[in-house]
Amino acid sequence: MAYDYAPFPYTPPAGLTRPEPRHPVVIVGAGPIGLAMAIDLAQRGTASVVLDDNNVVSIGSRAICWAKRSLEIFDRLGIGKQMLAKGVTWKVGRNFHGENQVYAFDLLPEPGHKYPAFINLQQYYVEQYLAERAQDFPDLIDLRFLNKVTGHIDHGDHVTLDITTPDGDYTLEADYYLACDGAGSATRKRMNLPFNGQTFEEHFLIVDVEMETSPFGNHDTPERWFWFNPPFHNGQSALLHKQPDNIYRIDLQLGPDTDPKEEATEAKVIPRIKAIVGDTPFRLDWMSVYKFRCAKLDRFVHNRVIFVGDSAHVVSPFGARGGNGGVQDVDNLGWKLAAVLQGKAGKPLLESYNIERVHGSAENILNSSRATNFMTPKSPIEALFRDQVLHLAADHPFARKLINSGRLSQPCNLSASALQTPGAAPIPPGTPLIDAPLYDTQGPTWLLTAAHGGFTLITASALHLPDIAGIARIGINQSADYPCYRSEGGHIETRYGTDKIYLLRPDGHVCAVFDTADPIAITAARDRALGAML
Amino acid sequence: MILEDKLGPDADSFYTALMDTHAGLTEAESHALNARLVLIFANQIGDLETLENLLATARQNTPS
Ligand SMILES: Cc1cc2nc3c(=O)[nH]c(=O)nc-3n(C[C@H](O)[C@H](O)[C@H](O)COP(=O)(O)OP(=O)(O)OC[C@H]3O[C@@H](n4cnc5c(N)ncnc54)[C@H](O)[C@@H]3O)c2cc1C
Repeated sequence: MAYDYAPFPYTPPAGLTRPEPRHPVVIVGAGPIGLAMAIDLAQRGTASVVLDDNNVVSIGSRAICWAKRSLEIFDRLGIGKQMLAKGVTWKVGRNFHGENQVYAFDLLPEPGHKYPAFINLQQYYVEQYLAERAQDFPDLIDLRFLNKVTGHIDHGDHVTLDITTPDGDYTLEADYYLACDGAGSATRKRMNLPFNGQTFEEHFLIVDVEMETSPFGNHDTPERWFWFNPPFHNGQSALLHKQPDNIYRIDLQLGPDTDPKEEATEAKVIPRIKAIVGDTPFRLDWMSVYKFRCAKLDRFVHNRVIFVGDSAHVVSPFGARGGNGGVQDVDNLGWKLAAVLQGKAGKPLLESYNIERVHGSAENILNSSRATNFMTPKSPIEALFRDQVLHLAADHPFARKLINSGRLSQPCNLSASALQTPGAAPIPPGTPLIDAPLYDTQGPTWLLTAAHGGFTLITASALHLPDIAGIARIGINQSADYPCYRSEGGHIETRYGTDKIYLLRPDGHVCAVFDTADPIAITAARDRALGAML
Repeated sequence: MILEDKLGPDADSFYTALMDTHAGLTEAESHALNARLVLIFANQIGDLETLENLLATARQNTPS
C-alpha cells in the first residue's frame, strides 16, 4: 500500500494580525532535523516556533537507514520504540562481485543493546512520528505549515524573519534562528556562505518498489546487499535494502553520461527492475535520479543564525551519514542552546557546537566521499585497482578490508573537544555512552533509558556518588540514596569496568572519568562541559 | 599464501592516498608509477623469501 500523504493543517499565524512577542527560538524547516530540534528543546523547557514552506512529510522515502546512535537519540526524544517496532532491523552487509559474495560485515556482533545496528524506515514515517510527538508539547512547540521564510536579518542580539503564508506576509523576531532548511538552504544562500566540497559525476537511479516476494530470494533475515559489476545490471554497482510495508530500495549506478530525466521514467525503470526480480509482480512506489555531492559550511554558527542538518552539510548516501549526521547535530545543540537561553551557560558554549559538529561532519564527508570514489573510478587506473582489489578479495582478507561500498554511520568521537576533561577509562571521554541491559524493582531496563537527558554520574564500582545539584546519579550493583540498578548479564561491568565513575553530558557523551568520588573534581568537569573554560 | 589485513583502520586512508598519487597521470605514466612502486615496496620489504612468496601469490591471482 502506498503511504497516505495526509496534509498537516494550516492555521493563520497570530503575527498576520498583530506583532508577536520575540520568540527564544525560531526553527526554519520541519524536516526530520527541524522537528527533532524542536522536540529536544521542548523536553528541556525551551519553546520554539517551527516554520515550513510545505505541509506534508518528505515525498518519497529518501533516508531509510537509521543508525543505532540515531535510534538512541530518537529514544530520548520519545519515538525510538515506535521506529524500532515499525522498522526493519538489520546488521549484516554483504558485498558481491558479479555473482559471488566477496565480503560480509556484521555491524553489531554483540548482544546487550536496546537498539540494533540499523533499522530501515522510510523518512516519511520518521517525519510523521516526529510531527505527532511534537503535538505532545502544545505550549512549547508552535508548528506552522505553509509558512515560507523569504528573508532574515541578524541584528546582533536577535534576528528578524520575513514570512509568507497563504493569507499574506508577516514578520517574527527571535533570539536564535536555527536554519534546518535542508540541502538547498535559502538561508545559506542569502548569507552568501561558501558550501564547498566534491560533486560526483555519476548518476544513480534510486527506486522503491513494493512487492510481496522478497528480491533477497529465500534469505529471510534482512541485510544490506551491494554488488560491484552486478550480473543483472550493466553498470558499476547496485544496492538492495528492505523497508517496511514490503517496500524494497534499489540503487543502480548509471554512469556519468545518462539523461537523468529520461532515466526516471517508467519506460526506462521497469525493465531495469525486471532484470533483477524477473516476472515477480511489483509496484513502483517512488523513483528519482541523483547526482551526489559531499560539501559543508566552514562554520555552522554565525552569531544568532545556527545551521543544523543538511543546510550545514551534505553527503552521498553510501554510509547513511546524512540524516544520521543531522540527528547528532540536534543531540549536540539541544542542551547547549537550552542552557544558554536559560542562563546556565554563556554564549561560548554554542561555539563548541560549531567545533564538535564541524569535526563530526568532516568525518562523515571523508567516509562518504571515499566510498563514492571507490564505487565510481575516475580513470582507467582507478578502475584497474578497484577491480584487482575485488579480485584479490576472494582469497585475501586484507583486500576485503579495502572494498568500500560505504562505511556506515558511526557515533562521532569528541575526545579532542575542550568540553571534555581528559582521562583514561574503558569508555574514554568524548565517546558516547555504550548501552547495557539493567534491571531494577520494575523489571528489565537499559542504561540508555536510565541515563536520559541531563548531566549524569554512572558507576559500576563500590564508590558512593556525591550529591551535586543538577547532576543525576546511577549506581550499578549498589544500594544507595539514589537510583540503583542490578547489572544484567555482566555487560555493564565489561563495558565500563568496576573501578571508575563516569560523568555523562546531557547528550550522553562521556565528558570526564574519575577514580574517586571527589565532588570538587566532578563539579569542575561539569562546569567545563558547560563551557567554563572556553 | 593468504594475506591477512595489516593496515587496520588505515586501509581507507592508504587507498585514498594511492589514488591521489595517480591523480592527473596518463595511463602510461600510471603504469610506470606502479612499476616504481613495486620496486620501492620490494626494497622496503627487503627479504627475498617474502618477496618471492608475494610475487607468486599475485601471479596466482591473475584473473582468467
Ligand atoms: C536518495 C537519498 C537517500 C538517503 N538515504 C539516507 C539514509 O539512508 N540515511 C540517512 O541518514 N540519510 C539519508 N539521506 C539524507 C537525508 O534524507 C537528509 O540528510 C535529511 O532529509 C536531512 O534532513 P533536514 O531536516 O536537514 O532537511 P530536509 O529533510 O531537506 O528538510 C528541510 C525542510 O525545510 C523546509 N524548507 C526549506 N526552505 C524553507 C523556507 N524558506 N521556509 C520554510 N521552510 C523551508 C523544507 O520544506 C523541508 O521540509 C538520503 C538522501 C537521499 C536524497
